[in-house]
Amino acid sequence: MHSPLLLDFTTFYELFFKAFDTLGFEASAHWMSYTAAGISLSFIAINLLILSTALYTWFERRTIARFQVRRGPNRNGPYGLLQPFADVIKLIMKEDTIPESADKVVFTLAPIVLLAPTLLIITVIPMDDSTFLGTLNIGILFIVGITSVNSIAIFMAGWGSRNKYAILGSMRGAAMLVSYEIPMALGITSVLLLSGSLAMKTIADSQLIWFILVMPLGFFVFMAAAMAEMSRTPFDQIESESELGSGYNTEFSGIKFAILFLAEFMAPIVTSAVVTTLFLGGNQGFSPIPGPIWFILKMFVVIFILLWIRSTWPRLRIDQIMGFAWKPLFGLGIINIFLIALESQILMEEGKLSQNDMLIMSGINWVLTIVGLLVMFNIYGHKRYNRPDPIPSQLANMGTDLQ
Amino acid sequence: MNTLRTEPITINLGPQHPSTHGVFRLRVTFDGEEIVDLEPVFGYLHRGTEKLAETRNYTQIITLTDRMDYVASMSNNLAYVRTVESLANISVPERAQYIRVICAELQRIASHLMATGFLLNDLGALATPLVYCFREREKILDLFEMLCGARITLSYMRPGGVFQDAPEEFWHALNTTVTDLPHFFDEIESLISTNEIVLARTRGVGILTDEQAIANSVSGPNLRAARVKWDLRKSNTYEVYDRLKFDIPIGHEGDTYDRYLVRILEMRESVKIIAQCVEQIDTGPIRSNTPFFIRPPAGEAYEAIEGPKGELGFYMVSDGGVAPYRCKVRAPSFLNLTPLKEMITGWKMGDLITILGSIDIVLGEVDR
Amino acid sequence: MTKILSTSKIIQTLKQELPGLEISGNESWVTVNANQINKVSRILKNSDGLDFSYLNAITAVDYIEYFQIIYHLTSMRNNYSCVIKVRCDGRTNLELPSVIDVWKGADLQEREIWDLMGIKFSGHPNLKRILLWEGFDGHPLRKDYLG
Repeated sequence: MHSPLLLDFTTFYELFFKAFDTLGFEASAHWMSYTAAGISLSFIAINLLILSTALYTWFERRTIARFQVRRGPNRNGPYGLLQPFADVIKLIMKEDTIPESADKVVFTLAPIVLLAPTLLIITVIPMDDSTFLGTLNIGILFIVGITSVNSIAIFMAGWGSRNKYAILGSMRGAAMLVSYEIPMALGITSVLLLSGSLAMKTIADSQLIWFILVMPLGFFVFMAAAMAEMSRTPFDQIESESELGSGYNTEFSGIKFAILFLAEFMAPIVTSAVVTTLFLGGNQGFSPIPGPIWFILKMFVVIFILLWIRSTWPRLRIDQIMGFAWKPLFGLGIINIFLIALESQILMEEGKLSQNDMLIMSGINWVLTIVGLLVMFNIYGHKRYNRPDPIPSQLANMGTDLQ
Repeated sequence: MNTLRTEPITINLGPQHPSTHGVFRLRVTFDGEEIVDLEPVFGYLHRGTEKLAETRNYTQIITLTDRMDYVASMSNNLAYVRTVESLANISVPERAQYIRVICAELQRIASHLMATGFLLNDLGALATPLVYCFREREKILDLFEMLCGARITLSYMRPGGVFQDAPEEFWHALNTTVTDLPHFFDEIESLISTNEIVLARTRGVGILTDEQAIANSVSGPNLRAARVKWDLRKSNTYEVYDRLKFDIPIGHEGDTYDRYLVRILEMRESVKIIAQCVEQIDTGPIRSNTPFFIRPPAGEAYEAIEGPKGELGFYMVSDGGVAPYRCKVRAPSFLNLTPLKEMITGWKMGDLITILGSIDIVLGEVDR
Repeated sequence: MTKILSTSKIIQTLKQELPGLEISGNESWVTVNANQINKVSRILKNSDGLDFSYLNAITAVDYIEYFQIIYHLTSMRNNYSCVIKVRCDGRTNLELPSVIDVWKGADLQEREIWDLMGIKFSGHPNLKRILLWEGFDGHPLRKDYLG
């Protein structure tokens, strides 16, 4: 399949096949062009992803600064656009320290293990008719499996540093990341019930109405779990800089820190790509603008919301974070699956749902979600805290008539 | 059923740390995530103020007092000059008293803004509320610059009055600030006081009951958050506070949220006080005739004011010379740290920084 | 206004509770014997007419032949205050009973007085140096400590 952007596997394969054919390698042209196409396409895609991460760091610093009534970086290049490159140059020129009693192998491997899964997710995101490497039938399962390597990487980073603060931070991080896998899986399962397939492209195509409208509860559960998986505020206790040093990345400096930094900032981009595919209809949109541009626009909206939340809210304590995963989110995820299953059983004809059916489902679900969330916040939340009039203590009596 | 052998771990929250509000060291023993023991270590900023004061004359000590609580230097000045006036029987003209009250209340607002901003920074809100609070504090520091040329270490007050009269543009700027500040407090309260996460982190955390507070010599907003309605501006009134109408806000149960809310409510009361002072002030002299070398008769005096951090008192003994024989500072931040161990043991690591931030200490005052 | 409670009333109540107490006073302060201070402070806090529940400050002053320790107390329930003075003769091996069981706020202040003036408080659970480091030689706030 050829895509308008010419950045897909078939084009590259044919190009290399012609090249190797004319160069005289007919016998092995097939596997050689296959390998060459794969490698070159991955090279381009990874570089584009890293470049967009660099751009995203610039965007994040400028936007958070605007929320804080100040400008962000504006000295390196026009509007500070060269700031990420200045950061990388500084980090490369720093000394690469390894603590003397640290576990050298684990310490050196930790940033790489953290970066690799995030890079791999881009291979199954269908920006166009298929992903740039072709369609993977079990796309979403691949993503769930890959993101669980994050927790191993964070623990490796803390363990390899041999530093009390780092180990504390990474243990909390590993516990949190493992707990939030479950609400994420529950959110994904509810999407699968309606799409009927694990392949990412099929999920995007089966959204006759965007799933954020059909199952808002599932969207909420998945977004909360995804924010925790990325360790972003309000769940960023593990890297809270105002407590106990800097968490698991205290001992890393130089290029290792740059890789950790890169992995941390690539996560929102990749996560919002996944959210766009699962809940916002992928590259659906109306016609004068091509599909991939729609995809990027939707990604941008999700990234902005994540950034908005990060710059406004304080963070939760670690036991409150764990409580939030296991009690409300787990319950809501299960209720969501139950609801979707019930509705799709009732409305389904011949194993398929039509657009009207989805409209009905979305109407019911939105009403139920709003009512349910209001009820839950009123029972469990603090927002209904009406501060009663304080009663002065009997132990002090100013005894003046100057009241 | 204890199948796993656990061991408490002692961690040093060292002198250099992003959120201990200065050079302050804590040795904390954790059992898992819970704090079992706490030992504060002070003295990293000890400069020997009390010893230095014995070799400087009374007017020179004003500059020493600025640097103790370097966040609220007008209050330090006020407490000190009141003690000298009580020692030497100097009277203060009325216009000077009104200007002193205006400066003390402006300084209270500035100090509480800093305390609130840093408490929310410790809660993790990525410095956004901090920058908002500092934006308002900048306006107050601009007012101080109009008065005396400095922003932080002011040395504005003298025994017998204030240093110089307020210029014309000060009163215009003060009126603008007084009208704008309540809107800012409304904005901050709407963003923070009902925020779910702030409430979850601060409600019921680090409770200090009224008996504990009184027994541990706690003063200031911490005492008032523990439901004790005690404020030196009303109980032992000084300057012109007896002619002004204002409330004393108190807390509901003495937790971190109450300490935060009491400071916000006190800032609102301070704005009311300033508005009344601006109405009531009259022309007149701003300094009574005192010589540079003040020689009070032999005796002693203890005067305390209600500073932003608590009861700030000076105890001075004079032997008739140009320098005091003994100058002791009753520092509120130092004494507010007495119940630190009681307040923190039993809570989790994330609460340690929150509770410490809500007590609002300034290391210059703790260590003197 | 916080009035200073009439010292004659304080002296009377204390003499009633502790007969044989050496006590004197003028219109501003009450002077008590050094080793009776903890009993006196207990009475000051707990007895009905006095009820001094709040300890404002403990100060130590070095008058070359003797040291004077001054307690400023306030009664929050009745809004009055008083000043109690105690005298320690000599310059070495000074010791006073600690009032920490009566007012817990004396904890850090007594450590500071030990640190800077060299007066020990018996009964204090943790009498270590507080503003200077362990191993510092001398007590800086004394009049004979120069440099």
